[in-house]
Amino acid sequence: MAILIDENTKVLVQGITGAFGARHAKLSLEYGTKIVAGVTPMKGGQKFENTVPIFDTVGEAVKETGATASAIFVPPAFAADAILEAADAGVELIVCITEGIPVMDMMRVKATMGCSSKVRLVGPNCPGLVTPGHGEKSHGGCRIGIAPGYIHKRGNVGVVSRSGTLTYEAVWQLTQLGYGQSTCVGIGGDPINGTSHLDVLKMFNDDPETEAIIMIGEIGGAAEVEAARWAKENCTKPIAGFIAGATAPPGRRMGHAGAIVGGAEDTAQAKKAILAECGIAVAETPGVMAKTLLEKWGK
Amino acid sequence: MNIHEYQAKELFDRFSVPSPKGKVASTPKEAYDAAKWLAVNNLVVKSQVHAGGRGKGVFKNGFKGGVHLVESPEGARDIASKMLGETLVTKQTGEAGRLVRKVMIAESVTIKKELYLAILMDRATGKPVIIASTEGGMDIEEVAEKTPDKILREFVNPLAGLQAYQVRKICHSLGLQTTARQYGRLLHSLYKLFIDCDCSMVEINPVVITTDDHVYALDAKFNFDDNALYRHPEIQAMRDTGEEDPREVAAAEYDLNYIGLDGNIACLVNGAGLAMATMDIIKHHGGEPANFLDVGGGASKEQVAAAFKIILGDKNVKGIFINIFGGIMDCNIVAEGVVAAAKETGLSLPLVVRLEGNNVEAGKATLASSGLNIVSADGMDDGAKKIVAAVS
Repeated sequence: MAILIDENTKVLVQGITGAFGARHAKLSLEYGTKIVAGVTPMKGGQKFENTVPIFDTVGEAVKETGATASAIFVPPAFAADAILEAADAGVELIVCITEGIPVMDMMRVKATMGCSSKVRLVGPNCPGLVTPGHGEKSHGGCRIGIAPGYIHKRGNVGVVSRSGTLTYEAVWQLTQLGYGQSTCVGIGGDPINGTSHLDVLKMFNDDPETEAIIMIGEIGGAAEVEAARWAKENCTKPIAGFIAGATAPPGRRMGHAGAIVGGAEDTAQAKKAILAECGIAVAETPGVMAKTLLEKWGK
Repeated sequence: MNIHEYQAKELFDRFSVPSPKGKVASTPKEAYDAAKWLAVNNLVVKSQVHAGGRGKGVFKNGFKGGVHLVESPEGARDIASKMLGETLVTKQTGEAGRLVRKVMIAESVTIKKELYLAILMDRATGKPVIIASTEGGMDIEEVAEKTPDKILREFVNPLAGLQAYQVRKICHSLGLQTTARQYGRLLHSLYKLFIDCDCSMVEINPVVITTDDHVYALDAKFNFDDNALYRHPEIQAMRDTGEEDPREVAAAEYDLNYIGLDGNIACLVNGAGLAMATMDIIKHHGGEPANFLDVGGGASKEQVAAAFKIILGDKNVKGIFINIFGGIMDCNIVAEGVVAAAKETGLSLPLVVRLEGNNVEAGKATLASSGLNIVSADGMDDGAKKIVAAVS
C-alpha cells in the first residue's frame, strides 16, 4: 500500500529541461518511476531522454498522459505560479522541491489552495517522497524529488522529516539494520508549507503497510508538537522522534527559512520533552534514530 | 538581514508611516546642517549601529551614551564629532563594540503614551498577524508572559488584505479616541510596507502618542525574507556588511550557509538539518561546536575548499569534524576539496571525516592516500566522539 505514491503513480515533472530537474528526472526514471510527462513552456513537442513527452502546459500533460502527481523543479521566482498551475490542472499530489521561494508567495499559494481539499501539496524546499520498490536496491519504486534511491529498502517503517540529509541518515540507519520503509516523506524546511508532520502521521496511521514511524523535526514552529499531541490520543503505532537544533542560537536562521528559535516553547529541548510526554521515543542523538525506534517497537 | 534606524526611517517615509523628522549624517558638518534644516531646538543625536542598548553604551574613547539630546546645531555638531569614527560598546555588541560611521539627527518628541505594534508572518496559519499592545517601550515577551490579556492578535486574510473593521477593532481595544484615525492610518501604511517589502517581521516599540496628540513610529526593527531580496534591490542596497560577521559575509560569497558560534570544534556538513544535528551530537558527547556550516546538496570542490578556509579563520577552532551524507553528492568531490584545502593551508589541527553515500569508497581512498593525518569515522556518533576526544 504505502502512502501518497506507489509503483503505479504517474508522475509529471515541471521544469524537466532545467539542469536540476533533468538530472533528477533521469535518476527517477532509472529508479523505475513512471515519469510520464515533462512540462516546460515553449518546449512542447520535444522529448526528454528520447522517451518522455514534453508539454507547454500542465493541463495538456495531464489530459494526454493521465499524470496524477507532479514534481516541481522550477526556479524560486516562478515556483508559486507552477504550484497553482498544477492545482488548476487537477494534479492530486504536487511535490515542490524548489528552495528559496519568497514566503509571501507561499502565503498566497496556501490561501488560494485552501479552498480545495482535493489537492495535496508537499514542500516546498523539500527532498520529496520515496516509496521503495521491491527490486534490488529498492528499484522499481516511486521516487519524486531528489532523495538517493539506493539507500532505501521496501518495508514497514514510515519516515517523515523536514530535512533532506537527516531523512537519508534515518533511512540509511534503518536499511543497514535490515528494516525497510513503506514511504519516506520530506515535508520541507520552509515556514509555510503544504503538508505537516500531523498530515503524514495520520496517513501512516491509516496505512496497513506502515507498522512503525520515525518523525524528525527541528527548531521553529509548533508542527512537531501538534503531531505528537495528536499521536498520543490517536496513533496506534510505535513512533521514534528526533528534534535537531538543541545547540542553535536564538534568533538565527539555521539554513532552513523555518528553522529559527522563537519563544521559550520553541527550543529543541522543549519540543523533545513534549514528544516524550506524548509517548514518542526520543532519540538521544541523530546517530541512533533507527535504533531508538527498534527498541520502542520491540524488535 | 538587518537595517539601520535611518534606513528604517527612509522606508517609513516612502510608505507614509509617520515618524519624527530626521536626517542622517556622516560628518559633524552634516550633523550641523541636518540640525539647522530641522529648525527645532529639541533634537536627538543617535549613533547608527545594528545593536540595541545604544543609550546606555560607552565609547572606547570614554564618551558615554550612544544617544544624546541637544538643543542647537552647534550641540549636534559637537556630539556627532565625539561619536563618528569611534567604537561604541553596548550590552549587545560584545567587547569589540561597533564602529559608528553615521549618526541620525532627529526631532525629539515629548511622549504622553507608548504603545507596541508589530506585524509578522504566522507560520501556523500562513497569515500575517498584527500584534498590538498598550504596553509600549517594554520587553514584549515579558508582557506576554505576565499579562497575556494585554496583547492583541489580529490575523489578516492575505487575499483580502487588512480590513477597516480590523483596524477599528484594534483602536477600540487599545482605548484610542482622539488619536484613533492617526493610528489607523499608521497601521494601514505599515501593513502595506510589510507586504510590499517582503518583510518577515516589522516591530515598532514604541509607537508614541505625543503631548500634542501626534502618533509616531519611534523605534523600528525590521526582518526581511532573504528569499525575496532578489526583487528588492533597494532593500538589498541597505545591507551594511560592516555590521556583519566577516566570516558569514565570506561564506555568502560562495553560497555557503555559515553561522559562527563560541565553541572550538568546527563542523562542515551537507544539508541544514544534518548540520544542526551535527552540532547537537558534538555537544551531546561533551564538545562545543564552533559553527553551523551547510555546504548544500551539490557542493563543488571549490566550495568545500572555501568552506574549509572560513572555518580555519576562526582562531578558537581546535579541531574539525566533516560529516557528509552524500546521497546524490559525490563523496569523492568532497574528499578532493578537503585534501586540496588541507594541503594549501598546511593544516595541523585534528580532522575527523565521516563520509557516507554516493561514491564513498573513492572518497575514502582519496583521503587515505593523501598523506594527511585524517581520522576516519564510522557513522556520526563515532565521528563526534573521536573529534571531542581529539580536542580535549
